[in-house]
Parts: sequence; C-alpha cells; structure tokens
Amino acid sequence: MIKIENLVKTYGDIRAVDNISFEVNEGEIVGFLGPNGAGKSTTMNMLTGYLSSTSGKAMIDGIDILEQPLEAKKRIGFLPEQPPLYLDMTVEEYLNFIYDLKGCKLNRKRHLLEICEVVRITDVYKRIIRNLSKGYRQRVGIAQALVGNPKVIIFDEPTVGLDPKQIVEIRNLIRTLGKNHTVILSTHILPEVSAVCERIVVINKGRLIANEKTEDISRLVDGFRRLCVKIVGPKDEVVAALKATQGISYCEVLGEREAGSTAYLVESDPGVDIRKPLFFTLASHNWPMIGEEAMGTNLEDVFLALLEKNDERKKRAANAGGTNANGVVRGVVTGKK
Amino acid sequence: MQAIYKREMRAYFTSPIGYIFIAVFFIANGALFSYLTLQAGDNSDISTYFLMTLFLFIILIPLLTMKLFCEERKQKTEQLLLTAPISLTDMVGAKFLAAYTMFAGTFLAAAVCGLIPYFIYCEQVNLALIIGNVVGILLIGGAFVAIGLFVSSLTENQFTAAISTIAIIALLLFISFANSYIGAAPIRVMLSWISIFARFYDFTYGILNIASLLYYASIMFVFLFLTVRIYERRRWG
Repeated sequence: MIKIENLVKTYGDIRAVDNISFEVNEGEIVGFLGPNGAGKSTTMNMLTGYLSSTSGKAMIDGIDILEQPLEAKKRIGFLPEQPPLYLDMTVEEYLNFIYDLKGCKLNRKRHLLEICEVVRITDVYKRIIRNLSKGYRQRVGIAQALVGNPKVIIFDEPTVGLDPKQIVEIRNLIRTLGKNHTVILSTHILPEVSAVCERIVVINKGRLIANEKTEDISRLVDGFRRLCVKIVGPKDEVVAALKATQGISYCEVLGEREAGSTAYLVESDPGVDIRKPLFFTLASHNWPMIGEEAMGTNLEDVFLALLEKNDERKKRAANAGGTNANGVVRGVVTGKK
Repeated sequence: MQAIYKREMRAYFTSPIGYIFIAVFFIANGALFSYLTLQAGDNSDISTYFLMTLFLFIILIPLLTMKLFCEERKQKTEQLLLTAPISLTDMVGAKFLAAYTMFAGTFLAAAVCGLIPYFIYCEQVNLALIIGNVVGILLIGGAFVAIGLFVSSLTENQFTAAISTIAIIALLLFISFANSYIGAAPIRVMLSWISIFARFYDFTYGILNIASLLYYASIMFVFLFLTVRIYERRRWG
C-alpha cells in the first residue's frame, strides 16, 4: 500500500533522511520509531507530499506522490505533529470545511457523524475549537484525517502532550482504525509502538536501522531481564546471598529509596525467570521483599541495543576502511531475520 | 478551491477585520467623496474622487491580505492545505478571490453610495469616465491584493506582512512624485512608467488606456504566480 524507495532529503549539507526504503502492506499498523530529530517527521512529510524528496520515491497505492500528487493525496489522511485546526471554527464547521476541501462524495451528514462517533467528539460537535481541551483537539485532528475514508492514515506523534488516560484512548482508537485502514504512526515513545503496532520501523539520524515484526523485536531482548527489588536487610549480606543464588548474573545496590529498605538491581542469566528463586533466597534469610518491578521496557532495550549495534558496526566499518554506510545499515536489518 | 474561498470569506466576518475594513472604507470614502465633489464647489470633479480613493488602499488592502498566509503558517494549518488534494494554484487563487471579493464588493458598494447623488445632481453625466475609473480601480485593487497576498506568504508575522505591504503599495503610488526632483529624463520616464498613480491620470481624463490596464493586470498575475512559486520552492527547500 505504501512503498518508500531510497528516499533522501537533504537540507544543505545535512542529510535529514538518508536512503530509507520500506513497505507497508494493506491493513497493517506500522510504528515509525526514532529519537527526536531522527527524521520521522521529514519522512512523513515527504510521504504526504508536504515536502518533496531530494531523491527517491514515495508511492501510495501505486501512485507516486510527486508525479500525481492530487491522486495520491486523495488516498491519505494525515495528522501532522501539531493538529492543523482553525481555532475560530466549531468542530462542525471545521469538519465540513475538510469535507469540501477533500472534495468528498460520501453522504456528508452521515459520514461526519460516523467519524465523530468513532473518535468520540459528538458531544463537542457544536463547540468552538479554541475552547476545547488538548485531548479533544487531538481527536478533532484525527477526525480530520479520517474524513473521506482514506485508505492510508498517517499520524505524526499522535499522543504527544496527552494525559495517560487520553493516550490509552487514542491508542485504542488507532487499533480500531487499523482494522479498515493502513496506518503509519510515528513516535519516540517506545511502549506506544509495542502497544499498537504490528511492525516497527526504526530510524536514527535519518537512517533505517530496523524493520521488523513487533514480536520479533521483543524476542531479541528476551536474553536478559532486569528487576529492581526493594529488600529490608543488611546490604552486604543481601548482595552476597543474591549473587550466590542460581540464575542471577549480576546484583548491585541502587540505594535507599524508602526508609528502612534498600533497592537492588538484579539481572538474570539469559532466559531464566528469577522471581521465584529470588523469593525463596530472601525468605530463607528472613529478609522481607517489599517491592519488585521490571526495569525498563523491553523495547527500550531493543532500541538501545539496535543503536549501539549500528554504531559499533559503523565504527568497525570505518576502522576497516569500509565506506559503504548503507551496506552497514542493511547488515543490521537483515542480520536479525 | 470553493472550500478555501468560503472559509476565508467566513474568517473575515468571524473576526473584526472584515467589519473594520468595511467601516473604515465607507467612512473614508464618504469623506473623500463629499469633500472632493459636494463641498468642492466649482472645482468639483468626480475623477479626483477616484484618484484619491487609491490612497485609501495603502492602509486598507493590507488589512485584508496580511492574514491570508501568515495565519496558516502560524497555526500550522498550512500543512493541511498542502497535503489536501488541491493544487497550489487553486489554494492561492481561492485566497486571492476571497480578499478580492471583500475589496471589490466594498469598493463598489461605497462608490454606488457616492454615485447616486452624482447622477442626481450632475448636469453632464460622463458615464464613460466613470466606467473607465471603476475598471481601473478594480484592476489596481487586484494588483494590490496580489502584492499583499504575496507578502503574506513570505512571513509568519501579520504585522511584518502588513507593514511591508503598506510600504510596497505606497512606493508604487508615490514613486512618480519623485520626478520633480530628478533631472535625468530617462529615469523620470521610467518612474512614471512604473508608477501606478501616474498611469491612472489617463483614466481621470476619461481615457481608457489599455496599456495601463494591462500593466495593472500583469502586476496582479505576476504576484499571484510568485506566490505559487514561493510555495513550490518551500516544498523543495
């Protein structure tokens, strides 16, 4: 449905997007992940025809966005980083304007009301956008993208600045949309992609560093597991006892985070669930464990691992005199498949 | 195209700008008309009224155009228009037409108010002169609106846009006044050729100068074209 081929965007000497290629199939929800300034928005802007690429192609449904912009744009619903709202209009006026702007030919009233039901803005339909809260504004932005029932929906950081409850709602909404649309969403929040997306495309400094199924990426970090444990007991003895426990590869004192107890970082051997042995060890010494939580999201680890791996390979390639940076990038991608 | 046109027209009337424009236009226009015709006694001349109306545009037209693109950029709604299935020409055209409708509608309404007493009291109605003046002003207005639109596409700040537009329009109007201080004939000829004001003199004598009409129309088209180019360029930037 979406095909990006060797897309490049340069601003002067800076390569904001450097030779990115990937495809998104019909009905897929793909997460576009990268730190701030990685080139996510630039890529999305090229995909939607807001910016032109320096070289390379972006195709929507087989139509090149630069060659037939109007046809391609008809197939896209786009929510930019900042929802493009006319604050002086009511939601109703705004959506009607969008309907006309996109030249839709559906049943106007029914279509707009349906969208409002889906994104749950029916209760603010008659209100002026200026007076809406951020969460509602974001939803009006999403509604705007849905007008005309486009095949492809592109969201640029859809949950930025929302409160946790709204974030969950928007994620659920996106998941629902994925049933009938092809969706790309960009984010720098890692749990977001694992919660919503079927596939993840990771970019950094304008380069593609991974393009994998979400589970595949999660499996990558199954190897290690880190826990933060709060234990009441003498520090040195606890550390010694933990280190002696089978399955624990590393243990470190994190400090006294709560009066009367100490926090420890515990890492397990690859593929071992250490929660039970940990409990029994502590129980046998009569040290109560008053807290236990997993450290870091798996995806975060994957992401850091991917970045490190990429940097390492680059360094190695540089040391070896290799200059084919793209080869390095592809190496990472294919190496895991 | 229609959607943007409708939204722009609506925006003039949901903000104070449309009302301010119309009110100031009517007041200034009425004052000019009565001062230059009804109160002028023997010197009364309807052409002078049209000629002086041009100076109102220095302040009034930027009022209409300053927001057109600045606002979109500031609110980030520009991205919406540029990713919608409409061409840049349609986008620029719709905005131009909206501002032009405001200008032409107000001017015609105000002129009609003035012309009614003219037709009633004037013994020798020179219809050709009036039509010539009205056509000339409508074209000059179009050129000024296009200039304002262009300037608005260059900046994010409404006031920068307004002040720059005022400066350009004033320059185009006043440039021939410098002629009395310039010795070199070629420069004088060139300045009065460029000057919108100097060119308008023919109209006040009742001469329909096609060259001048073409000049005004081409200013309009050049600036509309440049605005489209600005957007094209920004896309590649």
